[in-house]
Amino acid sequence: MLAKRIIPCLDIKGNEVVKGINFLEIHGAGDPLTLAKKYNDELADELMFLDITASHEKRKTLARLVRKLSEAIFIPFSVGGGISSLEDIRNLLNAGADKVSINTSAVISPGIIDSAAKRFGSSTIVVAIDAKKIGEKYLVFTHGGRNNSGKDAVEWAREAYDRGAGEILLTSMDRDGTKEGYEINLTSRVVKSVRIPVIASGGAKDAKDMEEVFVKADASAALAASIFHYGETGIKDVKKYLKSKGLHVRL
Amino acid sequence: MVQKKNSIVIVDYGMGNLKNVQNAFKAIGHDSEISSDYKEIKNATHLVLPGVGGFKDAMKTLSGLNLVNPLKDHISMGKPFLGVCLGMQLLFESSEEFGHHEGLGILKGKVVRFDEGIVPLIPHIGWNNVRISRKIKAGENATEHNGVQRDSGRLAPFKGIKNGSFFYFLHSFYCVPSEDITVATCEYYHEFTACIKKGSIFACQFHPEKSHNAGLKMLYNFAFGTGEQI
Repeated sequence: MLAKRIIPCLDIKGNEVVKGINFLEIHGAGDPLTLAKKYNDELADELMFLDITASHEKRKTLARLVRKLSEAIFIPFSVGGGISSLEDIRNLLNAGADKVSINTSAVISPGIIDSAAKRFGSSTIVVAIDAKKIGEKYLVFTHGGRNNSGKDAVEWAREAYDRGAGEILLTSMDRDGTKEGYEINLTSRVVKSVRIPVIASGGAKDAKDMEEVFVKADASAALAASIFHYGETGIKDVKKYLKSKGLHVRL
Repeated sequence: MVQKKNSIVIVDYGMGNLKNVQNAFKAIGHDSEISSDYKEIKNATHLVLPGVGGFKDAMKTLSGLNLVNPLKDHISMGKPFLGVCLGMQLLFESSEEFGHHEGLGILKGKVVRFDEGIVPLIPHIGWNNVRISRKIKAGENATEHNGVQRDSGRLAPFKGIKNGSFFYFLHSFYCVPSEDITVATCEYYHEFTACIKKGSIFACQFHPEKSHNAGLKMLYNFAFGTGEQI
């Protein structure tokens, strides 16, 4: 039986892992390679690296870091941030990334999803969606959460799926860094609108929040950053808890 | 310490993460080369055919690089061969990935897509339990298995690996062998072939290079094994 995945997310700025609250304040959390090895050993199912400054500073994601990571960890990892062309994707996959995560550029030119899926296979293409609740709707924000695209998040997820995305990384901007738990309603609506795995992100405080997003929203994976980086919660402890609640996890 | 016991060549045909496979071999202490060179492939004691991407493109590239015959020769000489993911699928006769395409035809059977009527989420992404076939009970270690002689070769890839261990899968298609070569299965809404073994050919649908300790152990068994004992 397929296990529910726990994915620590490492937001990278320069050569450091950082973590913001509501996409704004940024606190240092450590060296990416050290943290990655630690999570690899603690039975993280996968790692997500987001170069959070790449998009607006027009930098390319750190291929060198990706190369080092692929020599040090033997679990899958995805890389995102500032990816805007098939060339970017190819470079990251060649450097050792298992998947790439596309956000802003997919919203601006959705055709990149079709061509990337066709060229590299759907299973290597993650479409990341940053969603914020405005009125009764969840809208898609781009450029690291600064620009409102006006797109409906649930419809956009469906379109990304139709175009060949292999997974959706769904972040609630309202919950990100707040430790109020995942946005169950948003996650559930996106899960129901696509037939690919959805990774829930934003707001995790503890294992209970993860249980909730698996049970109530049927997410395939739960992503978290700060609770792992600052040592508040261990990955194995989270998994033991989930297992005790009847969820299938890799332990 | 990196040893060079066997000569392992990872076949480079432009499909995906070859470096990751090499890194994994390095981690278990064995040297390996990434190459598309006919001579190097011919001289290899062990070949690895990895791969991520489309079946049709992969076959086209293998033919274009004149690698089809060296691969077949290697296998017909009984030299150890490891197929991973797409590299497993290519060994079969045909695939229905975006049409009908001929494979290498070394193994009997075909490659099909998960049926959307049965499987709600495609691709199959993540960690899933791999069940070792042939008289092995859950939780029992393959090395403890006291089976018939024929089985020892079939189970060699799982030496030191607990039955039911998690491996990392990332695929939308799977192999349906029409000969009795399945040595491990996986359950994703229905049972499918996770590993095949035939003589000195071993192939797996999951990614051992991304499957943490169980995957590294499997690569170790291949790298340090010879003949059918890979």
